[in-house]
Amino acid sequence: MTENVSLVIVSHSPDVARGTAEMVRQMVGDEVKVAHCGGNPDGGLGTDVQRILRAIDEAWSPRGVAILVDLGGAETNSEMAIELLPEDRRSRVVLCNSPIVEGAIMAATEASGGASLAEVRATAEELSPR
Amino acid sequence: MPLEPALLKNMIAAAAERIIGSADELTALDQAIGDGDHGINMKRGCAEILANLDAIAAKPTGEALKAVGMALVMKVGGASGPLYGSLFIAMGKELGDRPAAMALLPEVFGAGVSAVAARGKSAAGEKTMLDVLTPVLDATRAGGPGLAARIREAAAHGSAATIPMRATKGRAAFLGERSVGHMDPGARSSQIIVETLLSFLDERT
Repeated sequence: MTENVSLVIVSHSPDVARGTAEMVRQMVGDEVKVAHCGGNPDGGLGTDVQRILRAIDEAWSPRGVAILVDLGGAETNSEMAIELLPEDRRSRVVLCNSPIVEGAIMAATEASGGASLAEVRATAEELSPR
Repeated sequence: MPLEPALLKNMIAAAAERIIGSADELTALDQAIGDGDHGINMKRGCAEILANLDAIAAKPTGEALKAVGMALVMKVGGASGPLYGSLFIAMGKELGDRPAAMALLPEVFGAGVSAVAARGKSAAGEKTMLDVLTPVLDATRAGGPGLAARIREAAAHGSAATIPMRATKGRAAFLGERSVGHMDPGARSSQIIVETLLSFLDERT
């Protein structure tokens, strides 16, 4: 079986990240890998580039990884993490501009059907105001 | 003139210590229009720099700048980590293995400011650190006598100019009109860093 696109959930709150990943697993199942991270390097609210890099590694699929984020810092830190990836992985990780929970569910549903990374992102981003 | 390693070390240490000493002020500014973590985040990043100061200062200047940037990227934990991180990493890349010299400052600092603008998808006038960095870059490019004083003035004017601005970037953008009347914490931290570094250049310009 070919692997599906996988997801990384990045929230300022470790609880939100974990909860979102749990919802994805319950609603979509295990055929889409989901890694999650939240909290700053001291464990308080915030995001952490190193943890985002680890989560991308954990979720890695050759089909690509879609990242869902909550607020500005999560986005900026995720973009930074993508830039720090090895060159051959960089183009296969994208950030979805969508609400974190709803976007994750939509992206995972799309990914579970074997959709491409671009399709997964487009589906998640259908939720965003234009 | 080239930057001696001891001077580089003192400059990095002074800027980091000054930011750590300003953490409460930065946090207070951020509580008004952001999520209240700018001071504590920058303090964490600067503490990491100080913890690795000897190793960082032992590197050639370009590599040292990149190491400062990576410490901020990895430890700050908020958007300011990648923003300040990108500033110093891009400056280090631009300088490369050339020895640091005042003549290179417009070029090297210009690369850093461009990286911040790209990372934040922002420009001056949007109530961010770019409202300090951009006029400082302009002053740097203009050069001439009394440069340090003019850069200091550009930085102070730049941070003050963010007070009446309405934020469209970052958390402050959610506040819309309510962001008006508060200085941007990132602009203030940028001003603090610029002022601290200038105190080393005063006697040279």
